[in-house]
Amino acid sequence: MKLLKLVPDNTNIQFLKLRVPFFLLSLVLILGSWIAVGVNGLAFGVDFAGGQEVRMTFTQQTVAPIPSLREKIAGLGYGEPVVQEFGAPNQVSIRVKLPDDAAAAPDAAKAIGERVIATVRADHVDARVDGNDTVSGKVAGEFRNQAILALLAAMAAVSVYIWVRFEWQFGVGAMFALVHDVSITLGLFALTQWEFSLQIVAAILAIIGYSLNDTIVVYDRIRENLKKFRKMEMGALLDLSVNETLARTVMTSLTLFIALIPLLLFGPPSLFGMVAAITVGLFVGTYSSVYMAGPLLIWMGVTTNSFVPTETALDKQEKLAKGQG
Amino acid sequence: MLDFPLWKKLSLWAITLAASLLALPSLVNVAGLDWPEALPSPQVNLGLDLAGGSHLLLEAKATDVRAQRLENMEETVRQLMRNASPRIRIGDVSTAGGELSFILENAADIDRARGLIEPTMQGATTVREWELRVVDGQRIVLSQTEAGVNQAIDDAMDSATEVVRRRIDELGTREPTIIRQGETRIVVQVPGLQDPEALKALVGQTAQLEFKLVDLDALPTNIQAGIAPPGSEIVPYAPGTPGAGSAIAVKRLGGIRGENLTGAQAERDPQNGQSVVTIAFDAQGGAKFAKLTTENVGRPFAIILDGQVLSAPNINEPILGGRAQIAGSFTPESSNNLAIALRSGALPVPLAVVEERTVGPDLGADSIRKGLIAMGIGSLAVIALMIATYGRFGIYATVALVFNVLMLLGLMALGGFTLSLPGIAGFVITIGAAVDANVLINERIREERARGRRVIAAVETGYKEASRAIFDANLTNLISALALGMFGSGPVRGFAVVLFIGIITSVFTGVTLTRMFVAGWLRKARPNDITI
Repeated sequence: MKLLKLVPDNTNIQFLKLRVPFFLLSLVLILGSWIAVGVNGLAFGVDFAGGQEVRMTFTQQTVAPIPSLREKIAGLGYGEPVVQEFGAPNQVSIRVKLPDDAAAAPDAAKAIGERVIATVRADHVDARVDGNDTVSGKVAGEFRNQAILALLAAMAAVSVYIWVRFEWQFGVGAMFALVHDVSITLGLFALTQWEFSLQIVAAILAIIGYSLNDTIVVYDRIRENLKKFRKMEMGALLDLSVNETLARTVMTSLTLFIALIPLLLFGPPSLFGMVAAITVGLFVGTYSSVYMAGPLLIWMGVTTNSFVPTETALDKQEKLAKGQG
Repeated sequence: MLDFPLWKKLSLWAITLAASLLALPSLVNVAGLDWPEALPSPQVNLGLDLAGGSHLLLEAKATDVRAQRLENMEETVRQLMRNASPRIRIGDVSTAGGELSFILENAADIDRARGLIEPTMQGATTVREWELRVVDGQRIVLSQTEAGVNQAIDDAMDSATEVVRRRIDELGTREPTIIRQGETRIVVQVPGLQDPEALKALVGQTAQLEFKLVDLDALPTNIQAGIAPPGSEIVPYAPGTPGAGSAIAVKRLGGIRGENLTGAQAERDPQNGQSVVTIAFDAQGGAKFAKLTTENVGRPFAIILDGQVLSAPNINEPILGGRAQIAGSFTPESSNNLAIALRSGALPVPLAVVEERTVGPDLGADSIRKGLIAMGIGSLAVIALMIATYGRFGIYATVALVFNVLMLLGLMALGGFTLSLPGIAGFVITIGAAVDANVLINERIREERARGRRVIAAVETGYKEASRAIFDANLTNLISALALGMFGSGPVRGFAVVLFIGIITSVFTGVTLTRMFVAGWLRKARPNDITI
């Protein structure tokens, strides 16, 4: 039986040769994402913006008449509504701001939702109501804080973990790779103006976890090779490590990718944004573990001599062993 | 590494099969069949985003609790001073600034007054709930301690949660979730409920029923201007009642609250066909009610619900039977709602809806169908790729993957966790990522074979060397899943649960189970070479 080999044995691709241009490209992408977020902003959904959001599906149409909906609903006098595609072209989410006093009178918020629904239905009998959400400004603000906190806490915690399991340089490298992945995902949502909701934050947290898998596998191999090849030049050692783990990297990214693609194409439309974020994060994360996490080790002065157990290091290890025992 | 004694094999299979069997009821259910009722049936609950339904987040205001406590304290103090012998006369009572302050007409009473009040300052717990201080030797000021207020809020929320649960149970909806969240919030989720209006009308009603004497000395012009005589307050008529738009003055203290009720029933008045609510007091409430009506025959008293007057009838004769009828221009629905609310007790604190989500039922069913299709295609693609790439080792990984999905579903059912829409994405991610462990191991075995190691040694080294990276990678995944769990409830939480359990089951199936499979095969076949 002949088995499939996606990556030939003993590849020797010199990834690190291009580390400077690729690193600059990454920096440009990160900065570009930040600018996109700063200029365009994120299209916050009701979770983060607060207000009244109605989600509808136009069952008899392929494309929702967004411009005419926007005009109609603006005429209701609740300010400029946010009308955007949600998942599929014939699904929309319509969000209007709540008047300040509506927070005190929830029935008022509900009534606004009902008026929006009635307005849409007046022109489109096929419009099906999929959801009708009220989120007060206070709760939305809490969601925002929670999201920021969760992202920062996750990034800090995994970086510290890597620092403890490896060395501080690896922790910093992993942290940079994560900043890269998270920034670019946010940039994507700023550019496309896809709705940014709690689900997307969940997706980014999943990206943090899985992008780190790659980084850890490469780092683990670097650590192993650092002990094995004491005389090797650092760039060559990184290349060797990346090449040795290349088959695994390709295979793992591919399995996750082919599992996600059907979900992206045939899955529930309301999961589209989330799955798209994870898919993009998957590629960005694989790339960053090679081109962000690796070269940074060189620039932070990791050499084959860095982790030769010195006397103090041995003491430390002994202490650790005792502490664990 | 490859040594599996019989007991180890048996216990691994036992764990695997037990956890997988737990998934059966949920699978049978998804297939649209009926699971025999005689068998235990742990089920994965579907989240509101899949089942459709209503989600409400209710919040209590701390200021309401403070005001309520202050009022209770005032009543207690007045009663204590009045009943003291000899009576302690007080004046200039004020509750401004969140403090209760009053002057003793006779400064010599100060120690007696303190002695009477101090025992009431300590609640049921050891927390000191009030601070007492004396100003100018004659004025007593009682202020609420932070600990006391927090304790009161905590108690109020506990009983509010209970009250909300009783009310929703009366609605007869199936499997509602009512949980306290944080310090001042309650989450209510009712699957399948499409129109949350009835729910909100019921839950949002404080149902604080009061009977207070009408202050006949108040001047109509003053009432209109909103100026109440000392000791009285202005209360507006409820919308829809004959007096709507106007208000009356009632005595602030000396009334009865509707907490001593044993029952409430919506009825139709046989004389005029109006919807009314009949209430029955318990012994204590009945006695109080009898006393109030006996002492005030010929005078009107106001029936007040949540700060609005329903009616203010004259007391024609003492009401001694402990029953009363409340009329207030009810519709049959609103009288029924009020009866339920009164039966289940008043909310100790008003609740406001701060978040409300309704999900239509079609969307959920659609999502499940599409999610299952996508999951099926994705799984097949992953399995095909794994078998094409790793042959026999890919088949082992596939078997492990199937058990992984079953165990994940089974453990979710066992833990009573909720599968949400993002949870479906979590399943797909778990399927795609779970084989990562096998990829790492198999690639390592390939490498070790290429370096010329013998089969057994290559397999052993493969599992040993790959385990380190698998451990680290999955631990960081667990960390980020934990960060996700910070989002108290709802769909995102469902995603975190799937990832979290999925990481644990995938390490078990991907590493431990496949190692057992491989070891068993190596022992039996003793191959000199392997295709990998």
